[in-house]
Amino acid sequence: MAEMIYAIPNVQTPNAPVIIDPSKCTGCNTCVEICQIDVFIPNPKEGEPPIILHPEECWYCGCCMTDCPTPGAIKLNYPLSLKPRWRTKASGEIHTLK
Amino acid sequence: MGTWQEYLKEEGRLPEWPYPIRYGEETEVETDILILGGGIAGCWAAISAARAGAKVVIMEKADIRRSGAGGPGCAHWCNVPNNPHSRVDPDEWAIREMNALGNYSNGIAIEIECRENYDTLLEMEQMGGKIRDTEDAYIGVEGRQNDTKFMICSRYSANNSIVARKDWQEPGFNPPEERNNTVLHVWGSTFKPALKKECERLGVEMYERFMATCILNENGKQGGRAVGATGINTRTGEFLIVKAKAVILSAGAPSDTLWMMDTEHGGLSFSSRNMSSAGLDLAWRAGAALTMMEGSSPTTDGAGLGHKWYTGGGDACYENVHLVDADNKVLPAPPQGWEDGGALFPANRDVVQKIREGIESGEYQLPLYADFAGMKKEEANATWNLTLSEETCGKPVVKTMTQCGFDTSRDQILNYTYMELQPSEQFRNGRGSGILIDWDLKTTVEGLFAAGTSMFFACDHTAHALCASSGRYAGRKAAAYVKNMKTPALCREQIDREKERVLAPARRSSGIDWKELHFALNRVMQYYVGGYRSERLFDLALEEIRQIEEYAVPQLYAPDPHKLMRSLEDLSLIEHAKIAIQAMKERRLTARELNVKRLDYPDSDPEELKNYLLLHQEDGETKFERLPIRFWGNMKEEYEKHNPDYAGVYKPETETGGKDNG
Repeated sequence: MAEMIYAIPNVQTPNAPVIIDPSKCTGCNTCVEICQIDVFIPNPKEGEPPIILHPEECWYCGCCMTDCPTPGAIKLNYPLSLKPRWRTKASGEIHTLK
Repeated sequence: MGTWQEYLKEEGRLPEWPYPIRYGEETEVETDILILGGGIAGCWAAISAARAGAKVVIMEKADIRRSGAGGPGCAHWCNVPNNPHSRVDPDEWAIREMNALGNYSNGIAIEIECRENYDTLLEMEQMGGKIRDTEDAYIGVEGRQNDTKFMICSRYSANNSIVARKDWQEPGFNPPEERNNTVLHVWGSTFKPALKKECERLGVEMYERFMATCILNENGKQGGRAVGATGINTRTGEFLIVKAKAVILSAGAPSDTLWMMDTEHGGLSFSSRNMSSAGLDLAWRAGAALTMMEGSSPTTDGAGLGHKWYTGGGDACYENVHLVDADNKVLPAPPQGWEDGGALFPANRDVVQKIREGIESGEYQLPLYADFAGMKKEEANATWNLTLSEETCGKPVVKTMTQCGFDTSRDQILNYTYMELQPSEQFRNGRGSGILIDWDLKTTVEGLFAAGTSMFFACDHTAHALCASSGRYAGRKAAAYVKNMKTPALCREQIDREKERVLAPARRSSGIDWKELHFALNRVMQYYVGGYRSERLFDLALEEIRQIEEYAVPQLYAPDPHKLMRSLEDLSLIEHAKIAIQAMKERRLTARELNVKRLDYPDSDPEELKNYLLLHQEDGETKFERLPIRFWGNMKEEYEKHNPDYAGVYKPETETGGKDNG
């Protein structure tokens, strides 16, 4: 069956300042409380990962990641346009944050 | 699951607002001291006042554990001339610091810092903040002290300025035995959680997710004694009324986004979105005098359309890291380290010019890199894992890049400064602008104190230590002030008026959103308050703002309490703009110190620049006054006169609950 296509406005840019691993997130909502911007709201389903509601207000302070009690559940996701870049000195190989 | 549209796809509907809506509901609280803003300054004010026996309430927009500009962390504790490794006298260092800043500075705050930053830091350690290399992770790193395990930072090790001394490249510059040693590295990401814990232990009542909206004056009269404040919950819309014997304002420093905001590219403003100018607006509407409102400076750190600050090699905190060109040729830029005495690249204009010319002539090949791979291993490790990782938004940079394979022993980070050139003139901020305070950190409104970056010219280079020590100082002064004072009465009419004002955008069902209003104000500032300035342009700006207020503000629409908070911040920003433009009009001169180029007054006036321009409101009308520069008098004498009983570092074992330590 075809997936329902909703009529929604353009999504905000950036849309996902963090990536939450649903297999690790316990839905404890520590990040929801810690975020000084209220980027997140709690998921109506208890125990599920929070919902990113105000992604474009994020200032990438990383407190959600720092204070998350489950290592690796939250990964900060810089917008594509802002990915840090570096190179390996000896080989000259260039890298961009994935 | 994660984004709202993923939720929509899975559930077939949007989530409901997750918090109960309580527009119009009121809670009334009574206390001795009310603190507006629970960042580093506000927490310290609360702790110091509570230790002196006062009942304290904090109103804070977020969770105090991580709120404020210093919530994520801070890596430097500046102006600590009485640490055991310092080679300078605290009072002399304060004078040097003041002189280094030129005509305009805040001598009161500087003296408080130089006298009390070290005691404040030791108290931070008592509470559980990390200030020493206790795990011996940085043995062998330059500046690391084996006896105290303090990490002395290279900042200001040769002079007080962020600009490198002219002789920094000469042999024997800044030898270890001559360094000032006035800046310490700290593990600032441990500070806010420890401060909140201490507030809890002391019984400070914390009203989190409440944004202060109005300082209440005695009899509701502008300029009358501060007797409390109102606030609104940023999740529920509930209205909070606090009655207090004294109010400490430590919130809403001048926003980076008056001239420019960008949400589309994500996090480009240097500071938190919560840094909103609301503190200036609160003080202004209460009738307190502000100063330096005419000042603005082109910002070099991350605002505008540049890269995200700390992701670029050579940004602040890339200490002791040389910049190299594409062929690994070392650039003559100060590496922000021992070699140059801790200059803050790229403040040295001569060097910037030299590098630009080199790029244009082909001497240096773009792009440039911060050469971690060329550093001593232990130094690279300290810069990466201590300095960068502890500094505001640095930790996620370090963590995500390390996870992605970045290795300081072999890699180099791309530098953006010279590819982006300097930020456009329009990317300005109003730093230096703030509330006038006296030696008790009192404002010109009775019962209203100010601390932290809401004060005028509150800037050492990081401001974190300044926030801590000024908060701590204001707390003990306010505690002494409220002793034997009766609880004041509130003016219901003022409360009702304020409630009507703040709830208006939430009562509409459609209209203009906060972002559109914000961008409109930005445009006015860019066009009329940009590189060129004149009375005609200022008048046009004021007229356009008047039209925005007449046409757009009555349509401002907030669909939920979060957007209501952002809408109210915009109203504060409009007020900030109006105050700033009025002050700019009043300064009829061209002055580099104020970053002002007036087309109608092209000449400078050295005499006119020897005073601060103050402005405040009386019955809604703006009044101007002047104060001579250095109005604070002899810093050492005045400090001692105002603090004869200063008790030094807090002694937890002698706590009496009611003892006055100030």
